[in-house]
Amino acid sequence: MSTAIPQGRRPRHLTIGRIGVYAFLITAALFFMLPLWIMLVTSLKPMDEIRLGNILALPVNLTFEAWTKAWSSACTGLECNGISVGFWNSVRILIPSVILSITAGAINGYALSLWRVRGANVIFGILLLGAFIPYQVFLYPLVRIFSTTGIYNSLLCIIIVHVIFGLPTMTLLFRNYYAGLPIELFKAARIDGGGFWTIFFRVMLPMSTPIIVVAAILQVTGIWNDFIFGLTFAGRENLPMTVQLNNIVHSTQGERAYNVDMAATMLAALVPLVVYFVSGRWFVRGIAAGAVKG
Amino acid sequence: MSTVSVRDITVAFEAVRVFNGLSLDFEAGEFIVLLGPSGCGKSTLLNAIAGLLDISEGQIWIGGQNVTWEEPKDRGIAMVFQSYALYPRMSVRENMSFGLKMAKTPKPEIEKRVKQAAELLQITHLLDRRPDQLSGGQRQRVAIGRALVRDAAVFLFDEPLSNLDAQLRNELRVEIKRLHARLGKTTMIYVTHDQIEAMTLADRIVVMKDQMIQQVGSPAEIYHRPANMFVAGFVGSPQMNFIKGRLEDTGSGPIFVSGQRRLPLHGYTFTGSPSPGQEVVLGVRPEHLKIVELGAWPGFSVDIIEPMGADTVIWCSDREGSLQVRTSGDIRLSAGDHLNLGIDAAQISLFDAESGQRL
Repeated sequence: MSTAIPQGRRPRHLTIGRIGVYAFLITAALFFMLPLWIMLVTSLKPMDEIRLGNILALPVNLTFEAWTKAWSSACTGLECNGISVGFWNSVRILIPSVILSITAGAINGYALSLWRVRGANVIFGILLLGAFIPYQVFLYPLVRIFSTTGIYNSLLCIIIVHVIFGLPTMTLLFRNYYAGLPIELFKAARIDGGGFWTIFFRVMLPMSTPIIVVAAILQVTGIWNDFIFGLTFAGRENLPMTVQLNNIVHSTQGERAYNVDMAATMLAALVPLVVYFVSGRWFVRGIAAGAVKG
Repeated sequence: MSTVSVRDITVAFEAVRVFNGLSLDFEAGEFIVLLGPSGCGKSTLLNAIAGLLDISEGQIWIGGQNVTWEEPKDRGIAMVFQSYALYPRMSVRENMSFGLKMAKTPKPEIEKRVKQAAELLQITHLLDRRPDQLSGGQRQRVAIGRALVRDAAVFLFDEPLSNLDAQLRNELRVEIKRLHARLGKTTMIYVTHDQIEAMTLADRIVVMKDQMIQQVGSPAEIYHRPANMFVAGFVGSPQMNFIKGRLEDTGSGPIFVSGQRRLPLHGYTFTGSPSPGQEVVLGVRPEHLKIVELGAWPGFSVDIIEPMGADTVIWCSDREGSLQVRTSGDIRLSAGDHLNLGIDAAQISLFDAESGQRL
């Protein structure tokens, strides 16, 4: 066949370079999928099968026993009510913390970006500095402050902690987003007679959906995965799921129930996992919107 | 009717101070255009009048009241922005009524005013759409409508047409002029870098550069008697020709000399008294250079011809340098042709070579 006249779309050839790229991508994907696979198949096997040691093999006798046990009857220390207690504790911590921290961050970012607050840059700088100081530094002083005020070891306490530590990132996120909006919108609203709160609620907040989604993803995953704050501030009654998971994995007597451990871990990871799957596209879009315009 | 008066204002941006005591008076019902290149301070001045920018010294008066410390909403102004600045999550109707709602205007009154403004701007059929469903021209109409319903005595326009394509710009320009005529009593302050907009719209033009007022005057004054070389060069397209030379006195009055080019200046009205031997720059607009059989300035040859339809711009040069000549569109010339130029001293501008000020 003679060579075709170049016209229309350029044909794509599979070159060695391209094969290399695909090979690398597939290997990387497998590498990250492997732990998930092992956890999933292990959690669906009875202990007899696990003892054989074929960790990659599919279960022969498929069973969901480990999942039900992990959820409702695995022992976390002395009590044996499964990880469900922790799940509901985490939900109770998560919802108010996410809502409050996003609200506070949005108001902060709005005030710092659009209203020429005196010393806005300094305030913002200090706030950001807070984001870079290791959490461990704060633990002891905070414990002292909370026990003095008498709210240590309570739901309120852990929520306050999450809101405080969410503030720098949330403020940064919203500040950059609002700074990226055309300033004329704000000016027009001021000429139209809007005050601080009216402009925020009527003009700015309705435009903030993409950044609110991003903030929600960050906060939901961050707060759900938190271990150290929950352990330190929540009190025994309100321990979040991550702490309960740790207790389940470490308090087993005798034979280690790998299938229950795996199931419990997967249950604990469920919320962030769902959030990523549902909102992945929004996440990327929001990050891009914030980054390019900010 | 509202006069606007800016008195000795200074704006401080951290370490930078601009305007340094600038004063400017706008008469009631006047259409004033602030004209200048970007960065000349025209938008800053407009924002200061609107109250969107705090001034550090001086006063701003609107309608006989000192509004220096007033909030933008209490100054009796309406503003239209280059980027339209429509609230993206509100319909056109909500956009237009937002300001009135904030001012707690009764509902029937809001509806009446929105309806009137929409009819005036022919956007009634768009009232229930959202801004992202509108074209650029429609968006700017809505933005003008939003300003209109406020029933303000002073309208501020911040480069409202700069985001539109050429044809739409012409269309809306005429419409803004018509609007000013219909409203009759409103003062309009209009910021632009487009000299055509300035010339066509303004009762008076304020030309600015480097945060300083260069000249204030009617479009005709600005065009025909520019106060300095900056104004002369900024206004007018194609640009005014500048020819360096000096003044000589032959006994029968001053004469301009630049190499072989000479021009007696009987017809020229000097603003001051020129001194012989003074270094000057002669400015002449391309349409004031005439192609003649026997001219004052012979020996030009045609370099480039730019036909523009209605007229043609000819770039021609002699040994001294190149000049632009604007002639009628049906002229027949080709590159390399020789021609003589005639020039009328009454139509030129003379500037001091050092200061650039009009002589």
